[in-house]
Amino acid sequence: MAAPIQSGFVSQLKRYYALYTGGFIGFVVMLSILEQMGVPNKILGYIFLGVTVMLYAGIGILSRTSDVAEYYVAGRRVPAFFNGMAIGADWMSAASYIGLAGTLYLSGYDGLAFVLGWTGGFVLVALLLAPYLRKFGQFTIPDFLGARYGGSIPRSIGVFAAILCSFTYVIAQIYGVGLITSRFTGLDFGMGVFVGLGSILVCSFLGGMRAVTWTQVAQYVILIVAYMIPVIWLSVKHTGNPVPQIAYGYVLEKVTAREQVLNDPDTPEGAREAEVRAIFKQRQAAEESKLQALENGGNAYLVAEKNKLAQTAAGLKASADADPQTLADADQAVADFPADVAAAHSAWKAAAESDKSKAAPIIAHAEPFAGPDEATRNKKRKNFLALVLCLMVGTAALPHILMRFYTTPSVKEARESVFWSLLFISLLYITAPALAVLAKYDVYTLLVGSSFSELPSWVHAWASVDKSLMSVTDINRDGIVQLAEVTIGGDLIVLATPEIAGLPYVVTALVAAGGLAAALSTADGLMLTISNSLSHDVYYKMIDPKAPTSRRLFIAKALLLGVAVFAAYITSLKPGDILFLVGAAFSLASSAFFPALALGVFWKRANKAGAILGMVGGLAVCMYYMYITYPFFGVNAPLWWDINPISAGIFGMLTGFIGVIVGSLLTPAPDKSIQDMIDNVRYPNLKNTIRNEAA
Amino acid sequence: MSKPLLQWANGLSGVKKTMQLTEQHKHYWRRNLRLTGSLLAIWFGVTFVVGWFARDLQHITFLGFPLPFYMAAQGALLVYVGLVGYYAYCMGKLDIEYGVQEGDQ
Repeated sequence: MAAPIQSGFVSQLKRYYALYTGGFIGFVVMLSILEQMGVPNKILGYIFLGVTVMLYAGIGILSRTSDVAEYYVAGRRVPAFFNGMAIGADWMSAASYIGLAGTLYLSGYDGLAFVLGWTGGFVLVALLLAPYLRKFGQFTIPDFLGARYGGSIPRSIGVFAAILCSFTYVIAQIYGVGLITSRFTGLDFGMGVFVGLGSILVCSFLGGMRAVTWTQVAQYVILIVAYMIPVIWLSVKHTGNPVPQIAYGYVLEKVTAREQVLNDPDTPEGAREAEVRAIFKQRQAAEESKLQALENGGNAYLVAEKNKLAQTAAGLKASADADPQTLADADQAVADFPADVAAAHSAWKAAAESDKSKAAPIIAHAEPFAGPDEATRNKKRKNFLALVLCLMVGTAALPHILMRFYTTPSVKEARESVFWSLLFISLLYITAPALAVLAKYDVYTLLVGSSFSELPSWVHAWASVDKSLMSVTDINRDGIVQLAEVTIGGDLIVLATPEIAGLPYVVTALVAAGGLAAALSTADGLMLTISNSLSHDVYYKMIDPKAPTSRRLFIAKALLLGVAVFAAYITSLKPGDILFLVGAAFSLASSAFFPALALGVFWKRANKAGAILGMVGGLAVCMYYMYITYPFFGVNAPLWWDINPISAGIFGMLTGFIGVIVGSLLTPAPDKSIQDMIDNVRYPNLKNTIRNEAA
Repeated sequence: MSKPLLQWANGLSGVKKTMQLTEQHKHYWRRNLRLTGSLLAIWFGVTFVVGWFARDLQHITFLGFPLPFYMAAQGALLVYVGLVGYYAYCMGKLDIEYGVQEGDQ
């Protein structure tokens, strides 16, 4: 290969991105000066999101291409370091960026399953897949399945599975895009979706993988800077140490001590907490008795209850000296009353559940698998480990990540790029648990025990934006905040950290831009995977292998547009919650791809029949388990071995391995040309061996 | 992969002249498998063995953290980065040692 050209390219890239990073920092500084001069927050938010989105579109326009190798694999000259950054942005989704720290805040040790799963999977990528896929050197993952197992059936199953899991995942990303744009610009959710989508399209439509790669590098820089600044600030505020990852161990000790005080009814604060919990216990009992009455009385009970509320409201209206607030509350209660038995059942059940969790003592943040008895603890442990495995294997099987390893110049650089990507990804994943603990410390020490008349300003600000993110109610009417009176939604932690740390609004806008970068970059990669599967694997490889390149690219771009519009349409219907979609994507990928890909490299005996059996079987079992257990589908069958629906991939992947092995052993071994292909994939270079031995 | 299986598979592919694998090639692949296997064992240990015994290790403190919390939040991640980096480094050396590296023709 032309080494001097490549090294010139690398130094040029380094110069560009150094300039870009400097420019970005300058831009942030300039905006903070504007803020000091009194420019309103809303304008700052617009400028921030507008400029970053235009920047991505600009990179897309500069990287436009009509060359097939550039469009599908960025010309196979992305250096390891930059591919690492692109994978980092591709990998870290809206769920990682906004949701992860919140999940850790709410579930403590048990939430670390996501941290382990989303990083440890790259060990599997590095050791079992990346170098071999790079040596194979085609364009898509179904390409590998098609060549390794022969015939179009394994390829078609691969296409189906790639589209299924990428589409599920892309919906979650577009959802995140809509959420962020609407929250920070005041546009409505549907508008936010289409604005975000526009920038994705400009980028990938013109330049395919090439444009997506260079945009993702730019997006990584923004998202990591945006994530780090508030956490470092918070760490300095609470510990005086600017390295939160090291400093938070001692904060965790203080949080643990605080948990013990608040859980101990013999201390004054613990006694007040116990008082609030007792009130929640009563509320839970009240909700449960209402549920019981509903079960017995059915619709008649519901109508009677509604009439009672309406009478109260009417009575209040009739009396002259009624307090307007009480009157408004009574009217609201009538308006909010559930319309039918099913709605009443689910609403009251949810209320009883939330009261029950508020009535329970605080679970220690650092305690693994907390539970009242050994059986609960063992169940939690089993689910923790199952989720970790499922996420890891899913990581090593998501086609939009594996596809990126086709873009490096060599096998050696493919191996190194896994190292860089894991390093860049770990930066965020090591920081998220620190952020969760620091935010918890802030809430436990500064918010709890403060007076309701002088709440911190960020509490007011967020409580007025969204009650599900932040709400504080004086349950026992003592004028002082107790922990049990605070309700925090997971997404709040990342979004509100700048304000908790007392940073200017510019940093809040920066965090929003980082979240948008995370969601957009992942959506970019996923949409490209979907449209490439359709244009390359279905159209070029199966329908018209003689198609000229111009037509192939035209088809690819047209499909991309179609996929994007369809995905935006599905997202605007708001199907299910983000965690459900993310879990499903990982389970589907781990069941469909991992066994066939890994055994394809490491077991020469694996053949077409085995691959078909394993992939179809794995997918079928995984989808069946999700169907019968996810509340979304309404079947709610008993769990298998207590494994939660989010880890459905465990059963799928097991079936996949058994399927590949059994199917292969029952049928003849693959022929010579396939055996040769496997050897070819296993060695970075088989051709110049003789020459080297002689030398 | 088991040794007899490997020999059998390699035996099959020794027909076509261009694809003939030498003893050296087989040795390279065996060393790759050994390295991959040992790194996977470490991966399994820091993830699943530590995870399984998390409650029993709870009383050990490290940098202010209970050890299992530290491992899941930071330690294991650093080990993963190390494993992937070490693999890339070793395989780069192994490629040259066995003459299967790319480029410079």
